[in-house]
Amino acid sequence: MNVAVEMDAVRHGELLDISEAGPAPKRIIAGFGFWIFLLSDIVMFSALFAAYAVLAKASAGGLTGGQLFDQRNVAMETALLLLSSYSCGMMSLAINSQRYLATFLGAVVTFLLGAAFLALELNEFQGMIALGATPQRSAFLSAFFALVGSHGLHVTVGLAWLVLMMVQLSLRGFQDAVVRRLHCFSLFWHALDIIWVLIFTVVYLMGVLP
Amino acid sequence: MTAETHWDVAPGERPTIPASEQETSSGFLVYTIGLLLAVILTVTSFWVANTSVIWAPGVPAGLAVLAIAQMGVHLVFFLHITTGPDSTNNVLALAFGVLIVFLVLAGSLVIMANLNENMMGHSELMNLQMPR
Repeated sequence: MNVAVEMDAVRHGELLDISEAGPAPKRIIAGFGFWIFLLSDIVMFSALFAAYAVLAKASAGGLTGGQLFDQRNVAMETALLLLSSYSCGMMSLAINSQRYLATFLGAVVTFLLGAAFLALELNEFQGMIALGATPQRSAFLSAFFALVGSHGLHVTVGLAWLVLMMVQLSLRGFQDAVVRRLHCFSLFWHALDIIWVLIFTVVYLMGVLP
Repeated sequence: MTAETHWDVAPGERPTIPASEQETSSGFLVYTIGLLLAVILTVTSFWVANTSVIWAPGVPAGLAVLAIAQMGVHLVFFLHITTGPDSTNNVLALAFGVLIVFLVLAGSLVIMANLNENMMGHSELMNLQMPR
């Protein structure tokens, strides 16, 4: 009896060596795999950022960033996305303690904030296109629409994913698979916010400096 | 539930899993601190870009520092990437990702700047800023 207790104390005390611990549980592996995917997505965005940084001044005599971008609009988009990231965090806390109502509430708030962000962005694109600043107009605008547009596309996919997860949650409850997917969704959503930090800095703030 | 969860943590997970009630309140605190820091850094970014108090050529560097700081805040407080032994794999993958991002960005900028420099003779052809 005593020996067993002591053994247990030792195991807890010095933390198992990674080679002795056996295979990791599935949620760890799923999270790690999704993390790798997110990093590859960020690498893809880095190529779009590089293209934008090279072409930022290549406006071919057309409208430049300083004339097109409205900082108040960008500040509102930033606030919406940051708050939706926060409410997504609240949602994952509710998932950890398996509270249905709080989870759905967090998902609804996250969805609405994300959708409002998307509406503002589409509105901005529409205004730019109405001014003749289409992607075909100059290399600068091609790079701009490719970069900001693919971020917006990611947000759209994220919103669809969130709806799908809420349907799964209401049908199947807090099953392991559902919780894993919700966890991957929150990773995805936070990563999108990180990319947006770079976008508003590089495109909207640095891009309009004299 | 015990031995594994002490050191095996997926990205985005809280490093430790204490009792349910405690966890919710401490997790709430972590996200709230992260939100406050992110708001402060964002507001500072917008202020730096619009103020005339700061020496103009220093503004891009300031913005870059603020953006990197905010990405760090997001990684630590929202994605829960830590330096502990429990997220070694995640941190290694992140480090590799940062390396590739750095190579793509810095490489493209250096090569294109160099090309621009060496094509000076044909600047009318190469300069995309010129009206056509």
